[in-house]
Amino acid sequence: MKLVLDGVRQRFPAAGRGGGSVEVLRGCSLATGDIRTLVLVGPSGGGKSTLLRILAGLDVPCGGAISFDGAALPRDARGRLAWRRRVGTVFQAYNLFPHLTALDNLLLPLVHVHRLSRREARERVREPLARFGLADHAHKRPGQLSGGQKQRIAILRALVVEPSILFLDEPTSALDPEMTAEVLEMIRELRDQGRQLVLVTHQMRFARKVADEIAFVADGVIEAHGPADAFFDQPATPRLARFLETVLA
Amino acid sequence: MQARRIAVHAAVVAAYAGLIWLAAARVDYAWNWEGVWEYREMFLKGWLATVVISLAALVGSGLIGVLGAVCLQSRSLVLEAVVRVYVELIRGTPLLVQLLIGFYLVATAIGLENRYVAGALILSLFSGAYMVEIFRGGLAAIPRGQHDAAAAIGLSPWQSFWLVVLPQAARIVLPPVAGQLASLIKDSSLLSVIAISEFTLAAQEVNSFTYSSLESYLPLAAGYLMLTLPLSWIAGLLERRFHFEA
Repeated sequence: MKLVLDGVRQRFPAAGRGGGSVEVLRGCSLATGDIRTLVLVGPSGGGKSTLLRILAGLDVPCGGAISFDGAALPRDARGRLAWRRRVGTVFQAYNLFPHLTALDNLLLPLVHVHRLSRREARERVREPLARFGLADHAHKRPGQLSGGQKQRIAILRALVVEPSILFLDEPTSALDPEMTAEVLEMIRELRDQGRQLVLVTHQMRFARKVADEIAFVADGVIEAHGPADAFFDQPATPRLARFLETVLA
Repeated sequence: MQARRIAVHAAVVAAYAGLIWLAAARVDYAWNWEGVWEYREMFLKGWLATVVISLAALVGSGLIGVLGAVCLQSRSLVLEAVVRVYVELIRGTPLLVQLLIGFYLVATAIGLENRYVAGALILSLFSGAYMVEIFRGGLAAIPRGQHDAAAAIGLSPWQSFWLVVLPQAARIVLPPVAGQLASLIKDSSLLSVIAISEFTLAAQEVNSFTYSSLESYLPLAAGYLMLTLPLSWIAGLLERRFHFEA
């Protein structure tokens, strides 16, 4: 994918009844090469997740232009729905549907969005469930799964519809180290299969391993961006250098 | 354990019944069950009328509740105002007043002459206002992440509501809805003021024919319990069945 951002802005109403607003993205610009994996890093509250929600078609930016492979990201509701049906999104808090079993969580998009029969859908998810060691947990409700299992089911839910791009918003931030490892392992496997990923993460070493390009999002702008090795070895700005020093210490 | 529970409950029921019997004994009440037994058919007809009207109002108020709650969530100022004012008006006035105004003024004005239909409608509107609040709370309790996930997998807004939000909200609202339905059944007793021959009116008439008030009103209480008790049992059953950890 080739992602181009041009002055993307986003503002939200400020908390309380002031009527004011907070500018979370203050003009993000970026042009990637033809890459498979883009990783967004940066301090909390810097705008990474806001940007990812926009890319995933969940929110509409207040201003600026975005294109994937030369095609503009739609802004209207219908266009964004079509876009969301072509891509997949994974959230920090998993957001599995608690009233459905893990299996039914996977079947829901296949049956109701992509119009497979239940039988075809079951057939489609059997192999991925087995490969990621989740077959024995398919009939459990999310409440009975560990955090790592929940997140791997959530990734599968986004994946089984064969999305053109997978967006992952801090997929390991709610997990303990062991579960983090299982989820990262799964993401690495997806990358090695050639999936296109856009990943927001605080796992710097992992970011360096999987990223083709990394962008540093801080204070509402993309302050630095480049190929993974150069990004870490020659930090482009003092703030990025400080950030890397802190998180890699 | 289960047998013990049943035994204890039975003992408590017997104790309450004993209290009523004691109270009757204290006022030297002269029982006359034979006189009232003559009118058993009247009781049955009244009870059936209560069942039918309550069922109709149950469906009606449920629909109003869901629709109203959806309107409150919509971004339309007009829809929101229509529902808000309706809820406040109904919840702020006695059902008795609503029945009198609704039947003698509104129903007459629109040419609705069937008092049973009018009664069921007014009862639906009354109970519906409480249902709106219950369902609004249920919808609001669904975390934003669920809406996000539904959107992210490509569900349309209607599908999100139907497949993701409503099933989860239904579990949350089940206990208060069961309580509201029990209230509705009991509140239907007020329909007697617009001369609907339901259960309470039947008991009042039997009382006036036989001068046997306790023998008229104790079966009345039992008849309402026959409707409300199964309701709480079914609600408890459903609650356990739909249970999942959120």
